[in-house]
Amino acid sequence: MSKAPTSEPINTDAVIIGAGPIGLFAVFELGLLDLKAHVIDILPKPGGQCAELYPEKPIYDIPGVPVISGEGLVEKLLQQIKPFSPQFHLGERVESLTRQKDGSFWLATDIGTVIEAKVVVVAAGGGSFESKKPPLADLADYEGKSVFYLVRRIEDFRGKRIVVAGGGDSALDWTLNLAPVAKSLTLLHRRDQFRAAPDSVSKMKALVAEKKIAFELGQLHSLEGEGGKLSRVVARREDKSTFPLEADVLLPFFGLTMRLGPVANWGLKLEDGLIAVDTEKFQSSEPGIFAIGDINTYPGKLKLILSGFHEAALMAQAAAKVVNPDKRIVFQYTTTSTSLHKKLGVS
Amino acid sequence: MPKITYIEHGGKKHTVDAPLGTTVMENAIRNGVPGIVAECGGACACATCHVHVDEAWKEKVGPPSPMEEDMLDFAFDVKPTSRLSCQIKMTDELDGLVVHTPAQQG
Ligand SMILES: Cc1cc2nc3c(=O)[nH]c(=O)nc-3n(C[C@H](O)[C@H](O)[C@H](O)COP(=O)(O)OP(=O)(O)OC[C@H]3O[C@@H](n4cnc5c(N)ncnc54)[C@H](O)[C@@H]3O)c2cc1C
Ligand code: FES
Repeated sequence: MSKAPTSEPINTDAVIIGAGPIGLFAVFELGLLDLKAHVIDILPKPGGQCAELYPEKPIYDIPGVPVISGEGLVEKLLQQIKPFSPQFHLGERVESLTRQKDGSFWLATDIGTVIEAKVVVVAAGGGSFESKKPPLADLADYEGKSVFYLVRRIEDFRGKRIVVAGGGDSALDWTLNLAPVAKSLTLLHRRDQFRAAPDSVSKMKALVAEKKIAFELGQLHSLEGEGGKLSRVVARREDKSTFPLEADVLLPFFGLTMRLGPVANWGLKLEDGLIAVDTEKFQSSEPGIFAIGDINTYPGKLKLILSGFHEAALMAQAAAKVVNPDKRIVFQYTTTSTSLHKKLGVS
Repeated sequence: MPKITYIEHGGKKHTVDAPLGTTVMENAIRNGVPGIVAECGGACACATCHVHVDEAWKEKVGPPSPMEEDMLDFAFDVKPTSRLSCQIKMTDELDGLVVHTPAQQG
């Protein structure tokens, strides 16, 4: 749910939902047409799938670039859009999107950022990256009350009996950060090895040696409690025997997965969970809301980065007409146009 | 051609043709076998292609590589027979392979 606004609404021409490669390139195409953009992503870093799923893998089909890594492409895109100084809101999920009386849009994130924009560009890719949920019975009853996938305020966990499950960087970082405030803290992991920064691992081991925290070998088995209030986390050993861990709070850290999420609730026409668009403007069923990249669908759609780039260029033309209906758009090349050179800071 | 049988958590079986050199994940996706998500497309970066190799096939399939073992930390219900199906390549020896898909990938 989106929270009450925490600040004055931000006003902008365009808001881009998703900082994947296509959302990033949209900043460029909009910028060439003088549209200022804010970009929102639930991930703490820009780059979408390229950054989260395959930063080190090579991509071979970016036109004119024989080979580049996922991370490399994101770096280049960030460099390319720098002249347009996009405003990033990272680690925030867009929850609600509604049209206001004057036709502009009102958008709110889960932590209360509110943006008013003349056009909205949904570049939500495969959906928002969200924490994987362990397959435990009645999990939903505990979520948000005793089971949390992220820590916003360490203070909320003061004096609690905490179980952290997982063996990656998030599990280790939160073990170290919460240990000083917790009443007790148990790290539960399936093996005695960790896929995390060696420094965090040695700090964690030191805390275990000092008996400040406990480490248990095992995996999540079930939850015990009432009305969403946790009393015990039951863990399972490799030999299938189980053991209880007294707990008020469980923090499972098993990485991320993509879920369509709030995009489904904005009244846009969907086909198989994707936003249906036309191929002239890449506009959704709602005028002024565009959809580009992996999140859209149309006859012949290919989920490729190069297709998304093309969609961004055409979308920008249509978006500019919505924002400045009376302004004539002059077609120009970045190579030769002095006015574009000025915008790019290369004049 | 070699074959693979996938057994869903609920017990439903799917037997498919699996060309040599393809991965167990690819054959599941190509044939629409439920229970394997493969979000990262085989990059060993998501753990949503987790399977339990049938006990009878454990030896032939072999253990995960260290990188795959690390990635298994992001899967649920990991067992000694757990593998990421994008990291198992079909060989003649694996003709008839049986794998079980877990209750949930993520
Ligand atoms: C392993 C792998 C290899 C690939 N190789 C290639 C290749 O060689 N060539 C190629 O062209 N393509 C390749 N792709 C596909 C390519 O990565 C995608 O087409 C591309 O990432 C799509 O970009 P996007 O910006 O549309 O979406 P994404 O990259 O999915 O980014 C969307 C972003 O939106 C965010 N988001 C969604 N909803 C919300 C919300 N409500 N609030 C806040 N944020 C939200 C998400 O967190 C995400 O960061 C590959 C993909 C994978 C997984
Ligand atoms: S498909 Fe992602 S790890 Fe196998």
